[in-house]
Amino acid sequence: MNGFLHLVRRELRLALRGRGESALAVAFFILGALLFAFGAGPEPQLLARIGAGAVWAMALLAAMLSLERQFGPDYEDGTLDQLLLTPLGAELVALAKALAHWLTTGIPLLVASPLVALLFGLNGPGVAALIAGLLLGTPVLTLIGTIGAALSVGARLGGVLLCLLVLPLLIPVLIFGVAAVQAATAGGGLGAQAFEPLMVLGGFLLLSLGLAPIAAGAALRQALE
Amino acid sequence: MERRVGHLSATGLACRRGERLVFTGVDVRLGAGAALLVVGANGSGKSSLLRLLAGLLRPFAGGIFWDGVAIAADAHAHRGRVAYLGHGDAIKPALTVAEDISFWTAIDGAGEAAAQAALAAMGLERLSEFPCRHLSAGQKRRLAIARVLARIDAPLWILDEPTNGLDAEARRRLDRALAAHRDGGGMLIVASHERLDLPGAQTLELGPFAREARAAEVRGLEVDQLV
Repeated sequence: MNGFLHLVRRELRLALRGRGESALAVAFFILGALLFAFGAGPEPQLLARIGAGAVWAMALLAAMLSLERQFGPDYEDGTLDQLLLTPLGAELVALAKALAHWLTTGIPLLVASPLVALLFGLNGPGVAALIAGLLLGTPVLTLIGTIGAALSVGARLGGVLLCLLVLPLLIPVLIFGVAAVQAATAGGGLGAQAFEPLMVLGGFLLLSLGLAPIAAGAALRQALE
Repeated sequence: MERRVGHLSATGLACRRGERLVFTGVDVRLGAGAALLVVGANGSGKSSLLRLLAGLLRPFAGGIFWDGVAIAADAHAHRGRVAYLGHGDAIKPALTVAEDISFWTAIDGAGEAAAQAALAAMGLERLSEFPCRHLSAGQKRRLAIARVLARIDAPLWILDEPTNGLDAEARRRLDRALAAHRDGGGMLIVASHERLDLPGAQTLELGPFAREARAAEVRGLEVDQLV
């Protein structure tokens, strides 16, 4: 467990001293949402209706941006060899990487999301449902994305492969995330109707928390073969 | 830290990369304090053999054993025994020298004192607060070697071309550290083009000629033994 925290701390340190990949993901998220907002035109009702979908889609794409670099550099400079030789094992290495990715990408997206929701004129309950959904959903993006990142290590066009592998798997997350916001916006509050999709997202989170480290760990071991 | 010395053996190892059979019929036998020097032309499979023995690759045929137990049967235990130096230095430019080595010794359980001693052994103690981005290629190699030297708990050191980029002084330091490791009962496997001062080391030569001679044998192997 100690080694796990050491690895997370090192990844955070590297991210903080790196060239601002988190900032890049957030800027991409905001600018992309801005394009949606301008593209849809000035009608407030239309904006509010597409808002949740646009924000969620942009969150997915922004998370993909930094996932490509989750294992690639480590594979190239030999760090991945060394990590897999530590007592941690491939599964915990993958989980630590995922946690660090969520802390450096998921949390900033979460913080930026109310601002983006404002662009689309979402009402209070809608924003609350959006944040709750992203809180449960962004770790799922990271965990499923970590499987994809591990599978595409060392592959030619790894980034493209990653998107093709991961984005289809994340469609259910998008659907339930958007459903929660729409129910909250329409029903005026975080009632039962908004709560149900959030519960499903919570289920996705538990499932991916259990399965993703195992799948990503196996993929990492395979990548070194 | 207590060092568990055992013995490493491998029989009939074959390695395949893609469609190419790199080598077959390689045997290795190492006891406490022994050293194995792996030599051979580029592409003869030196690195692959080292990665097999470290447990990073699985053999195409044959088995690797520690005290008679297959390493695949207890991968966790084998990871604890091996300190491996690969081609890449696995150094992040954004970290300082001390941060780099301390991370690995903390995660491997070797401890901070071992990290400092290893830095001193490779002559890096003055650079410990230096960012790795400003290190020269030789200094990076020294740091990567220091990480192995810090693994005083690991009985098996596997070094792939350790002398790449090292100057004469660093090479002497390496020789001394390797001798001390063997004196303490540690085992050593080194692939190198350079002459290393490894008294009494076994030499294993991998090469295209050995491969051709065994081509027929391989076909037999594929039918009989490969799973």
